Amino acid sequence: MKDILKIVRYELANVARNRWVIAYAVFFFVVSDVLLRLGGDAPRALLSLLNVVILLIPLVTIVFGTIYWHSSREFTELLLTQPVERRAIFHGLFAGLVVPLSAAFVLGVSVPLVLHRAIDAQTVTPLLLMLGSGVALTAIFGAIAVLIGGLVDDRLRGLGIALGTWLLLTVAYDGLVMAASVMFADYPLEGPMLALTFLNPIDLARVLLVLRFDIAALMGYTGAVFLQWLGGVRGTVLAAAGLLAWTLVPGLLALRAFKRKDF
Amino acid sequence: MIEARGVTKSYGALSVLQGVDLDIVPGQITAIVGPNASGKTTINKIVLGLVRPDAGSVRFDGRPIGGTSDYRRRIGYMPQAARYPENLCARDVLAMLTDLRGSETARDEELIQLFQLDAIMRAPLRTLSGGMRQRVNAALAFLFSPDLLILDEPTAGLDPISSSTLKDKILQEKARGRTFILTSHVLSELQELADRIVFLLDGCIRFTGTQRALKDTTGEPTLERAIAHLMLGSPQAERPAAGRLGIIP
Repeated sequence: MKDILKIVRYELANVARNRWVIAYAVFFFVVSDVLLRLGGDAPRALLSLLNVVILLIPLVTIVFGTIYWHSSREFTELLLTQPVERRAIFHGLFAGLVVPLSAAFVLGVSVPLVLHRAIDAQTVTPLLLMLGSGVALTAIFGAIAVLIGGLVDDRLRGLGIALGTWLLLTVAYDGLVMAASVMFADYPLEGPMLALTFLNPIDLARVLLVLRFDIAALMGYTGAVFLQWLGGVRGTVLAAAGLLAWTLVPGLLALRAFKRKDF
Repeated sequence: MIEARGVTKSYGALSVLQGVDLDIVPGQITAIVGPNASGKTTINKIVLGLVRPDAGSVRFDGRPIGGTSDYRRRIGYMPQAARYPENLCARDVLAMLTDLRGSETARDEELIQLFQLDAIMRAPLRTLSGGMRQRVNAALAFLFSPDLLILDEPTAGLDPISSSTLKDKILQEKARGRTFILTSHVLSELQELADRIVFLLDGCIRFTGTQRALKDTTGEPTLERAIAHLMLGSPQAERPAAGRLGIIP
């Protein structure tokens, strides 16, 4: 654990000085600020941010994460020549990716809300939920990026797979689900739809947020089923558990690949 | 110090090492030479634990290294080309490694002076030239006074002054009893530094022994000609193909 924290400390110093991470924080700051100025109140601003969070966080994290993992290869080699376990190096590098991106998002969204004095009892729950979902999506797509980076040595191919994964989960998935639901419209589909929601972390995060924001109009079809079946605390807990599983499974696969990899 | 027995490594269909037996003698400089892609760097990386052999065993002072990391406390490594987190400066990297190694005494000030790193310690590493990074690299390898130093093409990219400084440092540390594994394409450099030569060809060790033994075996006057002789596949080179010449006790 001590070794992990030491590696994280230096990785944070490195990544926090990265201009893309700073630009990412500034982007959320500007968008939140503009939405608050234009829209007026915090709930509306958060609602408008929802789709930005759901689409942009996975894209930035998976692309940045894949590039980060490839570009830190030589540094990883340097660490591997030190008396440190591979597991500690992996966790240190992973945290060095996820913590600065999460911090950039959390600060970028929260600081304008604080500056505009827009946080009150009504907005605190949706705000925390949005921040939590954003951090969870960062961890999930960070884990997927690290898995891609660990399995695919070619940088461009890795980047292509990362973008393909994002496209599949954000754009293609709901379309495929919708097509399947039309094709099998004569059958009871609620169960399979619920299962399909759990197979896509972006759908899961959307459902988690939508259940609290109470805005059925913004939901995809899978989200509608989820709300019907799992509205309330049970749905939130299940979706959160699903998000955790989505972080753990690719994360553990990436760790396994990292421990076996030749550098 | 290092005993490797029957080490085999393939990358897909490419067989890099085919049953290599190798002994690294304490207190000596062992040069691993061979043409490109003969497996030199792979041997170094297997000793460091960066690459896992498909078969065979490697022992460090009698203990198998597989899956352990603590033995690396006694190793300093200078890779062929090092890249660091681009936004950190050399001082950060030195501090991090000192931190990772715990309470060991780092000789940073002495090495910073030796490799003339003062002026670049606070510059982000991405802004340094290849040669400057290589000097940082050299300082990192010697930082913790390790018992074994693995130097992969150490003078590549260094200016003549830095290169001489590094070679002097290698000889000075050898005199203090440290062990070196060296790979280099600059044979004049190896002639100056190496006590023992390990010649690798197509993943097999074709020769192990002192420089004198190599010259005697091949009948050539210089190390360069002797190595060229081995690479051209003369009968003398074929003879030890099954194992080693001048087997180290």
